[in-house]
Amino acid sequence: MTVSVRLPAPLRPVAGGRGVLEVEVDGSADVAALLDRLAESHPALERRLRDEQGRLRPHVNVFVGPDNIRDLAQLGTTVPDGAEVTVLPAVSGGSASPGVS
Amino acid sequence: MTSVGAVAVDLRRSTPRLLAGTDSPHWGPSVFTSDDLGKTWSDSEGGAIRFPASTEAALAAVWQLQPGLESEPDVVWAGVEPAALFRSTDGGATYSLVEGLWNHPHRETWMPGGGGQCLHTVVLQPDDPARVMVGISTGGVYRTADGGATWAPSNSGIEARFYPDIHPEYGQCVHRIARHPDRPDQLFLQNHGGVYRSDDGGTTWIDIAPGLPGDFGFPVVVHPHRPGTVYLFPQVADANRVPPEGRPAVYRSTDAGDTWERLDGGLPSAGAWGLTVLRDAMGTDAGDPAGVYFGTRTGEVYVALDGEDHWNLVARHLPDVLSVRAATVA
Repeated sequence: MTVSVRLPAPLRPVAGGRGVLEVEVDGSADVAALLDRLAESHPALERRLRDEQGRLRPHVNVFVGPDNIRDLAQLGTTVPDGAEVTVLPAVSGGSASPGVS
Repeated sequence: MTSVGAVAVDLRRSTPRLLAGTDSPHWGPSVFTSDDLGKTWSDSEGGAIRFPASTEAALAAVWQLQPGLESEPDVVWAGVEPAALFRSTDGGATYSLVEGLWNHPHRETWMPGGGGQCLHTVVLQPDDPARVMVGISTGGVYRTADGGATWAPSNSGIEARFYPDIHPEYGQCVHRIARHPDRPDQLFLQNHGGVYRSDDGGTTWIDIAPGLPGDFGFPVVVHPHRPGTVYLFPQVADANRVPPEGRPAVYRSTDAGDTWERLDGGLPSAGAWGLTVLRDAMGTDAGDPAGVYFGTRTGEVYVALDGEDHWNLVARHLPDVLSVRAATVA
């Protein structure tokens, strides 16, 4: 099946300039499998969403339809056929975090 | 907003290469390089610095980017958080974990300092690429003599005032170490409380803080042409991270720390409580006369050339300045 992944403007430079990616995944895929496919096709995009151990970055939100996967089954959240997946920066991540001491 | 915690200018290449360790609070850390003096930047598609899966660790931030020796023009070192050392052999595009340090049995005892648990300083031995010294907060000074396979702590004489025994073998909160390539056995160290010199390559350290208005601080740099000339930016104490009396100043020693002189010309003379300097935010160029540069937490950059002993404001209204490098490019 094909899943539409909507991206915020800051990530479009690492997605070929596109705001929506159509990603082919196996039926009954979860978000982790979707991101695994992105790691193959768009590694510079995927590593901005997950760290190198596959964990969702703390200030990245992923929605399946209207629902934040943190309120569902995290990366194990199922992506239904025809679903739209939206990636957004969390409002909590806006401040600088310089290392100082 | 994205911060830039580490920058380097690699002059060993036919075209100078700029390197920048960035950290986006949303999208994580990256290392970018530029071969056109910053007009355009690129980063490795798959990520320049990645912890191997077996470590179960993930890169949190890049604290220092250190070009290698002239004899190894494609080697670049990176000190990162969580505390680890990475080495690139392709000019800084991709890096590999130095596993000998990561697997050190002490690592589990290294605690985070106020900025996180990081390896922030990489000091190279000019005549021997197998000998490397690193600074870790906390952890202290560690050295290798075999290219990174084995490491030993090297903190004899450095205090750790946050432990009941202030002279542990390791666990110190070292802030920065500096060495002049022409005098490789002599090192200078700004500690989390204490300023030290070693004359034996780091085996032992002696207190050189007498004469300073405070022994807390972050940066230490050595003059590019005069090995015994060293610069600091003192603060009052770890619980009071302000310039003494609100009067910021660089302190310079021309006798390897035996005596210090205050250099405050051009700096605010009162009430500048926020004007302090972080560990990677002081640097020198290699010019003649040489310039000493520092950036402040209040967003200014100052420079003084040899002989003028006056700080000239060259940039202001910047965000918190985390890293400063200066170089002469053709």
